[in-house]
Amino acid sequence: MKAGQILRGGMVLLLVALVLRPEWFYAVLAPFAPTGGPVIYERASLLSLSLSHLGLVAGASGLATVVAVTLAILVTRPLGAPFRPLSRTITNMGQTFPPVAVLALAVPILGFGAGPTLVALFLYGLLPIFENAMTGLSTLPPATMDAARGIGLNRWQLLLRVELPLALPVILTGIRLSIVIALGTATIGSTVAARTLGEVIIAGLLTNNTAFVIQGGLIVGLFAVIIYDALVRLEAYCARRTGQ
Amino acid sequence: MIEIDGITKLYDGLPAVDDVTMTVDTGTITVIVGTSGSGKTTLLRMINRLEEPTSGSVRINGESTQAVSPHILRRRIGYAIQGHGLFPHYTVARNIGAVPALLKWPAQQIAERVDQLLTLFSMDPAQFRDRYPAELSGGQQQRVGVARALASRPDLLLMDEPFGALDPVIRARAQDDLRRIQRRLGSTIMLVTHDMEEAIRLGDRVAVMDAGRLVQYGAPAEIIARPVTDFVADMVGRVERPLRLLSLATLSELVEDGAAEGEALPVDASLRDALSACLWTGRDAVPVEQDGAVIGRVTFDAIRARARVHP
Amino acid sequence: MPGVLFAILGLAALTTPFMTLAANRIVAGDGVAAWRLASPGATVPGLLCIVTGLLLGLWGARPRLRLAGAATGLAGLVWLLMAGAEALLTDAGTYARVSPDVGFWCLLTILALLMADAISALSPGPLARAALLVVVLATLALVFWSGVLSDLSVMKEFAVRQQAFVRATLQHLGLAFGSLAAAAVIGFPVGILCHRNGRLRDGVLPVLSFLQTIPSLAMFGLMIPILGWVGHTVPGAQAIGIAGIGFAPAFIALVLYALLPVVANTVAGLGAAPPAALEAARGMGMTPVQRLRRVELPLGLPVILTGLRIVLVQNIGLAVIAGLIGGGGYGTFVFQGLNQTATDLILLGALPTVLLALVAAIVMDILVDLTRKTPEPAP
Repeated sequence: MKAGQILRGGMVLLLVALVLRPEWFYAVLAPFAPTGGPVIYERASLLSLSLSHLGLVAGASGLATVVAVTLAILVTRPLGAPFRPLSRTITNMGQTFPPVAVLALAVPILGFGAGPTLVALFLYGLLPIFENAMTGLSTLPPATMDAARGIGLNRWQLLLRVELPLALPVILTGIRLSIVIALGTATIGSTVAARTLGEVIIAGLLTNNTAFVIQGGLIVGLFAVIIYDALVRLEAYCARRTGQ
Repeated sequence: MIEIDGITKLYDGLPAVDDVTMTVDTGTITVIVGTSGSGKTTLLRMINRLEEPTSGSVRINGESTQAVSPHILRRRIGYAIQGHGLFPHYTVARNIGAVPALLKWPAQQIAERVDQLLTLFSMDPAQFRDRYPAELSGGQQQRVGVARALASRPDLLLMDEPFGALDPVIRARAQDDLRRIQRRLGSTIMLVTHDMEEAIRLGDRVAVMDAGRLVQYGAPAEIIARPVTDFVADMVGRVERPLRLLSLATLSELVEDGAAEGEALPVDASLRDALSACLWTGRDAVPVEQDGAVIGRVTFDAIRARARVHP
Repeated sequence: MPGVLFAILGLAALTTPFMTLAANRIVAGDGVAAWRLASPGATVPGLLCIVTGLLLGLWGARPRLRLAGAATGLAGLVWLLMAGAEALLTDAGTYARVSPDVGFWCLLTILALLMADAISALSPGPLARAALLVVVLATLALVFWSGVLSDLSVMKEFAVRQQAFVRATLQHLGLAFGSLAAAAVIGFPVGILCHRNGRLRDGVLPVLSFLQTIPSLAMFGLMIPILGWVGHTVPGAQAIGIAGIGFAPAFIALVLYALLPVVANTVAGLGAAPPAALEAARGMGMTPVQRLRRVELPLGLPVILTGLRIVLVQNIGLAVIAGLIGGGGYGTFVFQGLNQTATDLILLGALPTVLLALVAAIVMDILVDLTRKTPEPAP
């Protein structure tokens, strides 16, 4: 556990330094740059790229969470029952669509820029959240549900006080999956002219500048790993609180 | 003959089984009874070396169990456990034939053996052979589990709470079946249970274990009549002692000439059944029948006198 | 109920532009509604088919009828594409291109969903699903090889790049299936070891899930310096194709992504055998290898195959990224298309990828079902 804490702290510090003070890494990266070429990416500030990257992910995932959870709640009510098999088919089929292909297919319809990236991230992010919310809301312990109905909660109270809190850890797992995919897909978004950290890697690939590739790859990788780890711990905390 | 000699198992320095010595005769049922944590299951699992003893030895028909590698040893010893442990992806026939297959019997011989055992357990081979365990009732699953343990005609059959998962009615029937089949085949069985009723009903000999030690080992009647410690007396149940004793004796012991009113009981029924019939119908004697003909009677007084005779 | 939704959405989609006509392959085109594609004589049969298909979809209780409806509607779509392309290209100039537009894609999605929904309501067995898949693929192949769609822009891109397309297909399949095979060869033994050794499992699984978290572009990028270094320092490495860019870094990145599902599902699958059955297997004298082969593997096979399904679908998608680092595959077309803003080139890469992933998922699902042969407990 102790080693884990130190590793975590080290990764956060490394990430902060890479984003805010890239010049500190000049000596390490210089051997990878082409002779005479730039070592540190300076076409845009790494901080603004990071913020724009995270903003895209947060916006798309936030919207996807609201829509997916709402849909899952509707479908798990008696009125939504006829849509259940269809929604299962859509989530199964939809998740076989590669995220990159979704992004590429959004371009002909929406054009270049942040727009198609946001839409692709949103659409793709819906599926894991919806699937997990469905699972969470439809596999609640029957004894608890009976007891909740037995003490006289109405449907609305049942949803807010029992169903959603109990399903929360499973829903959070869906949100985590969705965010991890979104972070990765947003990186590729720079190929459709969205401002993300992928820009640094792509610039490196286009100019054969491995120093850029390492710089961008490390920052994106660290963001993903740290956010993933934080969400895992949030889930564990919520699961402990609901006694699961 | 199974000879267990000074066997001990330590877990973290603490004895789970503490210096147990006992001998089991061929062709008998020996029931090891005790509370949970008494070491009875560990003792059983040391015989087929699912647990290795810390010290002591086990000999089966004179040969030490350490003489062969564990998996070869286990193929010669049948093993049936609570919750049957059937392979869910095997048919009934493949489950029963599992050990013969490990021993590389010819397919034809395995098939014959499977049908023979299914018939022995009153299950129609044509109907059950190709079913999967999930398609059987709990009682049927348990019977297939015991049939599987008997399939290779083992020297010894070990059973760990084999009827623990069954409801009382099915359990009584399974116990009767086991008794009948053991008599027919002459198998040697060691069975672990926490239920004294089951021990008395099935055992030729009963071994009572407490805190890793073997506290008493003898015929059921002896255990009931002369418990050596308070623990054994509690296991038997002081109040139920006379009834348990009567349940061990049959009407044949007390049948006498003479007539009695009412419904007759078969001669191999227990004295406890006769006592119950007397009390329930207010009779002083019940008629006894054998092969459909009344051969005499058993009186209430004779039963009462018998209950005071402790072997 | 879903039928009503499909019908409303489908009719709405019919009012949006069905195809576009552009002066050349780069510029944006003008949308044309379905009923204006050609003379009424040519469009009416297609429109009728689509409307009939959507209306048949309303019979919620009759899945066969809905399936027939979906097929009719899809046939209508192909008819409209064919009739529309021919009519629009007449007098439109040599470089003019016609492509399907929003209306077509929406209707395609809706009718495909209608079909999938009807099929899942019929709940066919694995063999019936395999037969259906063959029929659908054969129909698709027939439509393509017959040349009825060869006037479409994307097919023209295909026509000038046939050789490159075949090469990209082989590279893509090589990346996806090759990395799957390599991951299986590495992952199965690791999974079996992790199954037997809890401490190893607690060490290996978190590392693999962290690897999986790293965004694909970063992973592919970071492979470049590592493999470049290996290519320079290890003698003979360059001779077998290990270099900073190209096939090797893409392949290795895909193998790393594939390890988690393979190992995790092997561990879960082997752990799925009931404890009592394992105890019985030990008690009857099975050796550890016999227990693995006769009890744990057969019982865990569906879960292990599910892991391979996840890997295959995931890697077919991720292999697209290989196009960015010179690894080949359909990604080459996608990123060329994005660079040149040539929509049809993007489609030429993205559509086969999606098709490949869907077919792989369906085939693997069929295999998983076939290995789940033990019956469910009797009710």
